[in-house]
Amino acid sequence: MNFDFSDDQKQLRDQARKFLTEKCSPKAVRVVLDGKAPYDKELWKGLAEMGFLGVAIPEEFGGAGAGHLELCVIAEEMGRANAAVPFSSTVYLAAEALLIAGSDAQKKKWLPAIASGEAIGTLALFEGKGNPSPKNIKLAASNGVLSGVKKPVADGAIANFAVVAARTGTGGRDSDISLFLVDLKAGGVEVKSLTNLDPTRGQAELTFKDCKAEPLGAAGEGWSILTQVLDRAAVLCAFEQVGGADRALEMGRDYALDRIAFGRQIGSFQAVKHMLADMYVSATLARSNSYYGAWALSTNAAELPEAAAAARISATQAFQHCAKNNIQVHGGMGFTWEFDCHMYYRRANAMALGLGSLSYWEDQLIDRMRKKNAA
Amino acid sequence: MNFDDTPQEAEFRANARAWIAANAPRQYEDELRKSSLGRTQLKNANILEVAKAWQKKKADAGWACLHWPKDYGGRGASPIERVIWQQEEGPFGKLSGMFIIGHGMCGPTMMAFAREEHKRTYLPPLASGEKVWCQLFSEPAGGSDVAGLRTRAEKDGDDWVINGQKIWTSGAHYSDYGILLTRTDPNVPKHKGLTMFFLDMKSPGVEVRPIKQASGASDFNEVYFTNVRIPDHHRLGEVNDGWNVSLTTLMNERMSIGAGVPTGFPELFDYCSSLMLDDGPAIENRAVRSKLANWAVKASGLRYTSMRAISALSKGERPGPENSIGKLVAGSMIQDVATYALDLQGAVGVVSGPEDAEVAGRFQAMLLRAPGTRVEGGTDEIMRNIIAERVLGLPGDIRVDKDVPFNKISTKGRS
Repeated sequence: MNFDFSDDQKQLRDQARKFLTEKCSPKAVRVVLDGKAPYDKELWKGLAEMGFLGVAIPEEFGGAGAGHLELCVIAEEMGRANAAVPFSSTVYLAAEALLIAGSDAQKKKWLPAIASGEAIGTLALFEGKGNPSPKNIKLAASNGVLSGVKKPVADGAIANFAVVAARTGTGGRDSDISLFLVDLKAGGVEVKSLTNLDPTRGQAELTFKDCKAEPLGAAGEGWSILTQVLDRAAVLCAFEQVGGADRALEMGRDYALDRIAFGRQIGSFQAVKHMLADMYVSATLARSNSYYGAWALSTNAAELPEAAAAARISATQAFQHCAKNNIQVHGGMGFTWEFDCHMYYRRANAMALGLGSLSYWEDQLIDRMRKKNAA
Repeated sequence: MNFDDTPQEAEFRANARAWIAANAPRQYEDELRKSSLGRTQLKNANILEVAKAWQKKKADAGWACLHWPKDYGGRGASPIERVIWQQEEGPFGKLSGMFIIGHGMCGPTMMAFAREEHKRTYLPPLASGEKVWCQLFSEPAGGSDVAGLRTRAEKDGDDWVINGQKIWTSGAHYSDYGILLTRTDPNVPKHKGLTMFFLDMKSPGVEVRPIKQASGASDFNEVYFTNVRIPDHHRLGEVNDGWNVSLTTLMNERMSIGAGVPTGFPELFDYCSSLMLDDGPAIENRAVRSKLANWAVKASGLRYTSMRAISALSKGERPGPENSIGKLVAGSMIQDVATYALDLQGAVGVVSGPEDAEVAGRFQAMLLRAPGTRVEGGTDEIMRNIIAERVLGLPGDIRVDKDVPFNKISTKGRS
């Protein structure tokens, strides 16, 4: 047993951290936060040049062919830096869906474009209120033509293509759902940007009007593919959340050391110390659950569904907990636009919903634990 | 990152499994499996005797204190091998409870500070469970503030004479030996006047009085010392350097990871899997599932945190105070879990007698024992201080008694 990343993977982490510290300062993130750019194009280009966008994409499709443990390491650093790029939509969702279900031609068309930074992809799943469920998918597909509305779609306004979940059967069963690949620049899709909790990652409403689409994976297999994609993305997002939680904890710790009140460092008050200790506890639990998820993801283990749900819940809780208490440690200054605390608070709460809410994943975890016990 | 055994580890596992299958006291397996915090006992046997017999059997075959050197009764095994053993030992590991303090704290302290001849004399019977050890640190005046202890040791010829009182001493009533932290110089600040010894608990002048706990049971004791004589060669470390010696003991407590602190989660999940509520199975109830999921990720998070520490240990890295999270998380969790299990039972949750209560009253027993877990071995608050100061690097608490000679420190709260 060796329950840790390898030295090479740790080196990659250092490399990613160094790169992001240089190219993704809070100042750079703020350009997007303030609405002056839809995402950080320079950074996106740099990530492609570093080989980070295609780190888990096989070499034959233009990637680095490293693997998912390497992607986890980079994900953590992306979360830490609060990067304002469509990384999770493109790399965790679109690329994973293509890797699982794409035809050779589809992979050849899109994966090299992802790795090189030319194509931004996303997953169009949600249709308003509710969590992932075949019953909530109303957007209809017939004869390769899609009609309906998806909302919210992460990075939908800047994406070149989307994986779209559509109803091909008449009931709300798993087998009534199929996936389609849509070139968003080819017409047939109306895009509307949505103001959202975290302006550093855009959300959009996509209206498909008799939009041409090609199937991704076999008809009726959509839900099964989606479940796999969401599990894989849950682990990768968990690493972003762990990175964000750690950074928020660090910011709180640093401020508690620097700030003097009542003639003392505020970090010498037990009320503050214990709050930070509790943040450390939740961040540590999340990291450990995520490591297990990384192992399951990288080996495609039978434990992946359970491990992914546990990582998702634990990391979501930890990031929310650390981000909100980081503001608390900062006091009034933490509630200003000028301080960076709210960027992590926004990101933490937006990420808590992105793949389905916490209560959805709690439900999933219990189902999966019962299944394992029954087996 | 992998969970596979190496060929050597696989061989070790196979040997351990085969030996356990042939030698473990199988007649108690079911009872041990069902035992949990607050209720680890056997119906028709004295658990202490069963535990001692199992430990001796293990020692004779080379399966006791696996990580200790062979010369001192161990096996010289790697940290991973120790974990493999624990996995294989399963419910029989619950029989090790009475040895945890001796094996986890007293033994390593002896190894670091005792004379060679004492190590060879005292450590093998400690490993084999023939002799049980306790740790005499806490006092009425020094719990969290252990350096505030008042038990005196005064030099008299080649002996030291001990007078004072210890409290919360686990297992003192069945212990043969103990390690003892005393005050040897009250004229210097409190951390600088302490000295550590080991002693025979049967020495004249040692009196053990069990404490009746809030749960009704008695796991802990008061220990009184009246002119107890300890020879100087039983001193551990230098005179007045006892604080540093005790830090070694506590550091080793953190090294003794792997066994895992009970969280109550497996018991609760098991219970909810078969429990029927008014509106259907508990496990299908939305509120129950949410609670279970939240505890599930804490329990798994602790499990994997401990695996990360073992990986670090096996690479020769020293696990740090971050392992304090285990007790901190599990202590309050098991209390919450027990409270919730009773809530699910409704009015009948009040019944705690094993014959009449739900699932033999295991959650009632857990509830009543749980407050102790948040206090013993460092309160939740001390654990948070440790994390804040030693992991996060926050300032220590302001200590008004830091530079004051011990005998000048105020002892009155309100006058």
